[in-house]
Amino acid sequence: MMLSLKDVSVTFNAGTPTEVRALSDIDLEIDEGEFVTVIGSNGAGKSTLLSAVVGTVRPDGGRVYLGGEDVTGWKPARRAMHVGRVFQEPRLGTCSSLSIEENLALAASRGRNRGLKNALGSRKNRQWLAEQVAKLEIGLEDRMTQPVGTLSGGQRQAISLLMATLLPMKILVLDEHTAALDPGAAAKVLALSTEIAETRKLTTLMVTHSMRDALAVGHRTIMMDSGRIVLDFTEEERAKLTVQDLSNLFGKAIGKQIDDDKLILA
Amino acid sequence: MSLFAFIGALETGLLFSLVALGVFLSFRVLDFPDLTVDGSFPLGAAVAAAALAAGVDPFLATGLAILAGWLAGLVTATLNVRFGIMNLLAGILTMVALFSINLRIMGGPNVPLYNVDTVFDVAESWIDLGMWTNVVLIGIFAIGAKLISDWFLKTEIGLALRASGENPAMAEAQGIAVGRMALIGMALSNGFVALAGALFAQLQGVADVSMGIGTIVTGLAALIIGEAILGRRMVFIATLGCIIGALVYRLFIAMSLSAGFIGIEPQDLNLVTAIVVAIAVILSKGRAQRSRRKAAAAPARTVAASKRAG
Repeated sequence: MMLSLKDVSVTFNAGTPTEVRALSDIDLEIDEGEFVTVIGSNGAGKSTLLSAVVGTVRPDGGRVYLGGEDVTGWKPARRAMHVGRVFQEPRLGTCSSLSIEENLALAASRGRNRGLKNALGSRKNRQWLAEQVAKLEIGLEDRMTQPVGTLSGGQRQAISLLMATLLPMKILVLDEHTAALDPGAAAKVLALSTEIAETRKLTTLMVTHSMRDALAVGHRTIMMDSGRIVLDFTEEERAKLTVQDLSNLFGKAIGKQIDDDKLILA
Repeated sequence: MSLFAFIGALETGLLFSLVALGVFLSFRVLDFPDLTVDGSFPLGAAVAAAALAAGVDPFLATGLAILAGWLAGLVTATLNVRFGIMNLLAGILTMVALFSINLRIMGGPNVPLYNVDTVFDVAESWIDLGMWTNVVLIGIFAIGAKLISDWFLKTEIGLALRASGENPAMAEAQGIAVGRMALIGMALSNGFVALAGALFAQLQGVADVSMGIGTIVTGLAALIIGEAILGRRMVFIATLGCIIGALVYRLFIAMSLSAGFIGIEPQDLNLVTAIVVAIAVILSKGRAQRSRRKAAAAPARTVAASKRAG
């Protein structure tokens, strides 16, 4: 088991009139190499689930295990050595004023002590970074010294993905990482993500707003509502499902029709 | 302007470029608006003066002042990082506390340094350049501090520090302990400011508890003027801007004060400062807008990128 959440609960604004139970007794186990897509309407708890995995939210009940290790009390910076993370907003995943290679250098020293060595390292190291960028096949390897702020959203997200997967990790966490991109760039970044996850056999947790993507990508799909996992489909089960089936099943599971246009149309 | 006034402006200009470098590290690199500066400048002066009066070697005394500055920065950063006190308030608290601490260190409101050897006396005994000795020595400190900053900000820790200031969420995701970076950066920043205070006291021949008032404004003015002239795209340019900005600022002040120049007198100094800072901010805003427009136009050069530009 690469990731397991046992009985995880998260409550926001506890004890106030605005109290929200964002996660209720979540039990989730993900095998090594498994690619799980997470779908649900707004406020279903998808983002909170990811936050509990990466450590930006501390559960008020339950434990989080990564590769068998209890990481519940670990801060995000400490978990980072096991977790590769791509944000929804391209600006969040990279540093605008730093160059492409400087951003990658930050990712390359993730999970170890940073010292007073030059961050970019030897020429060989810089070459290695450029080779990794070349693998993205978006022509950025010749622009390594340019500030990331000059790149488009899609390019930034590709760099962000590369940074997340540059070093070996236990889990890759993708938080609606194509939602802020236009359709063309979104398709490219998604294809890139699945390709990297496939070839490297990465354990992946991907939140998405698109039912189609949720069914098409990875090995398993879970649906969330009101802080609970309401549906969980294996690869065989979901192979027969259409977006409409999924929508109907979801409606049945939560006892009402989905009113989130974004979910149905996608 | 007389040669004497010109050299005086160079001396204080180079000296305040150390403050500008410190302000650059906190305000710009860490995005931490740090007001400790008004306390750590006289702290440096007080520590150096007290040490000199006690017969400590001038360079060692100056080094002790830097150490004291590091501590002051650590206190402010700890109040903010560890105890969650708002950054502005944390700086103000340390600054206020330092006023009392500085009085304690000096054992009174001021310590005269007329009958002790300062770093400038020592430098003069090595190589006497007449009126220029002080300028050269302060220049060595200023350029040294600039080069150290340039080097440090390119190291692994330095890069992590820049990322923490610009994008804490991303820094965290890359395993950077953002709070620890604030501690390091604030210590360095206030170390430079305390060094400036130590040199200032030795230059003036006296350390005074009230000499820190307005240090932050002068440092910011120099920083902003430097940015208006050179921009801040690269670390090397930004730190150079601190030196150039401080020099321009002090020369402008000296010029304004020199006799006959549109009738400005010493009591108008604050008005002149305000005008200089306002002009510099307006200039740097215009530059920022221009470069934003340029950046917005740049991706249109490639077809693929222009499609994603929206």
